[in-house]
Amino acid sequence: MEHSSNRADYWRANLKVLFGCLVVWFLVSYVFGILLVDTLNQISLGGYPLGFWFAQQGSIFTFVVLIFFYAWRMNAIDKKFGVAED
Amino acid sequence: MDLQTLIYLVVGATFVLYFILAIVARAGTTSEFYVAGKGINPVLNGMATAADWMSAASFISMAGLIAFNGYSASAYLMGWTGGYVLLAMLLAPYLRKFGKFTVPEFIGDRFYSKTARVIAVIALLVISLTYVIGQMKGVGVAFSRFLETSVEVGLFAGMGIVFVYAVLGGMKGITYTQIAQYVIMIFAYTVPAIFISLQLTGHFLPQIGTGAELTDGSNQYLLQKLDMILVDLGFAEYTGTPDLMNTFLLTLALMIGTAGLPHVLVRFFTVPRVRDARKSAGWTLLFIAILYTTAPAVGAMAIWNTLKTVQPGAIGAEEGNLLYEERPQWFKNWETTGLLKFEDKNDDGRIQYYNDNNEEFAAMAEAEYGWEGNELYVDRDIMVLANPEIAKLPNWVIALIAAGGIAAALSTAAGLLLAISSAISHDLLKGVIKPDISEKGELMAGRISMTVAIIIAGYLGLNPPGFAAQVVALAFGLAASSLFPALMMGIFSKRMNKQGAIAGMLAGLTITLLYIFWYKGWFFIPGTNMLPDNADNWLFGINPTSFGAIGAAVNFIVAILVAKMTTPPPAEIQELVEDVRVPRAS
Repeated sequence: MEHSSNRADYWRANLKVLFGCLVVWFLVSYVFGILLVDTLNQISLGGYPLGFWFAQQGSIFTFVVLIFFYAWRMNAIDKKFGVAED
Repeated sequence: MDLQTLIYLVVGATFVLYFILAIVARAGTTSEFYVAGKGINPVLNGMATAADWMSAASFISMAGLIAFNGYSASAYLMGWTGGYVLLAMLLAPYLRKFGKFTVPEFIGDRFYSKTARVIAVIALLVISLTYVIGQMKGVGVAFSRFLETSVEVGLFAGMGIVFVYAVLGGMKGITYTQIAQYVIMIFAYTVPAIFISLQLTGHFLPQIGTGAELTDGSNQYLLQKLDMILVDLGFAEYTGTPDLMNTFLLTLALMIGTAGLPHVLVRFFTVPRVRDARKSAGWTLLFIAILYTTAPAVGAMAIWNTLKTVQPGAIGAEEGNLLYEERPQWFKNWETTGLLKFEDKNDDGRIQYYNDNNEEFAAMAEAEYGWEGNELYVDRDIMVLANPEIAKLPNWVIALIAAGGIAAALSTAAGLLLAISSAISHDLLKGVIKPDISEKGELMAGRISMTVAIIIAGYLGLNPPGFAAQVVALAFGLAASSLFPALMMGIFSKRMNKQGAIAGMLAGLTITLLYIFWYKGWFFIPGTNMLPDNADNWLFGINPTSFGAIGAAVNFIVAILVAKMTTPPPAEIQELVEDVRVPRAS
């Protein structure tokens, strides 16, 4: 019983990190880059209209950071639950 | 040394490199042939996956697509990168934990069904074959353009090279050549972009240069001036945002499709551990992002350079347009390829480039400026290929672009061919037809099916079945609507059973194929479409190219409903799901 509840907790912890990452993923691309693009384009980032920047640059940078963040968080969670590989 | 000799030398040197790598890293076991013995360093696997993923289309065509579509091309940038977030968090680590050789194998085991496995194989074959046709054609075109051979000779040469290192080396050989190909490709892409950015804006990084002021003394931002000049020539604004709904759906379809592409997924089977798979996905996207964040700069700066070349002065004034006699050397070079064409419609000896499809603007331009139609045809592939010449860079950079274009096409072709051959030798032959085949026999079968796949791909590359241009939509639509949902539910839903997964995949595949064929013609045969392919006829205005997102949703819904009405999967399958979810049993 101990064994399966540990697994269930590990999975819940994973889903929590996952959900947080996917919220950011959705925000930077679909919300900032598409749905709110016209509003954000009123603001400038240098010569980039902000919405345009998110669609062609910012979302991509954020995706890279997100995956490394996820990998880092999951390594910590693996250790915490004693399921890390050697 | 003249340019042609230099190109032969540089491209030839890269081929020698690929051969050496293939011989050093040849595969001796099925594990090495399918998954490189699961011993690839995660950072190196990231490079290999980036090369595997970035095709001739990414390298040659994407910047041109951005140049002529501005903001609207963002769907490709976000879609083809954001898919890796899904892949890294929803699929790759768990498939690595599962620890076998192929994507259909996971579907077959998880849904305890050979039928499911065969459906996955069929989806994989359709996706990978349609995709590989474009690569083989890309190899042929790159050869013919740079080495001045015919497309056929180029294609045969490409087939020969892939044959040597893919059949001999299997996944192991392909991995090491892909790493080399990535380095060549990224160098060839970024060097001209850096120089052009320096020339136009004084900024070293093209990503910064695109958002900076021009150094032409105007103190205006590049993108601002680009918007203005485009509007003055009757085009839409570069940063303008039309049709956001299809941008949204296309981005979603491309993301889900990217995450479901078997030849990319299988690369994450080659790293030693689950945590390597997660990290490797990050490195992959970082290596891809270097090219994908440079591409918008290449696009914007190339269209700017083109416009400023033909329209150096005020729009409407006679001397505002370039005299054809005074055109620059790169213009002449590319005219001989037919990718750049000029036709003097109003016989004034000057080049007018504007949007004559904009009726209001065309009428005004004719009445006030004496323009009688757009006189310049620019192929979008030129935007990357002619870059070094426009920037007046030395010949070795041009030779590098040639090697880079060929590397991009070869690396993706090899990855696809491996996915195809392992689906045949491992999933169909070993999995279904002849389970008692020996390891040696299976390895031989893998090499034979790879050879056959190369011949078929080469044949289709020479005789493209009319739908080469539609292939991208089909491959991504099918990957999104069939494989991704089945894989994801296989990991995230313990309750998902055989009946649900099969029904979901079939429903997703069918509805996506139907919708694409409905507007593009049955099997893309021209004239057999049921409705004209334009926004007025699309269901709820959904572009067939973006339909993969809807196909995926249909797959999820049908699978969940059917699974609810049928019996849950057996206990050992639920145990299998529990097991793939944890890196190591606790």
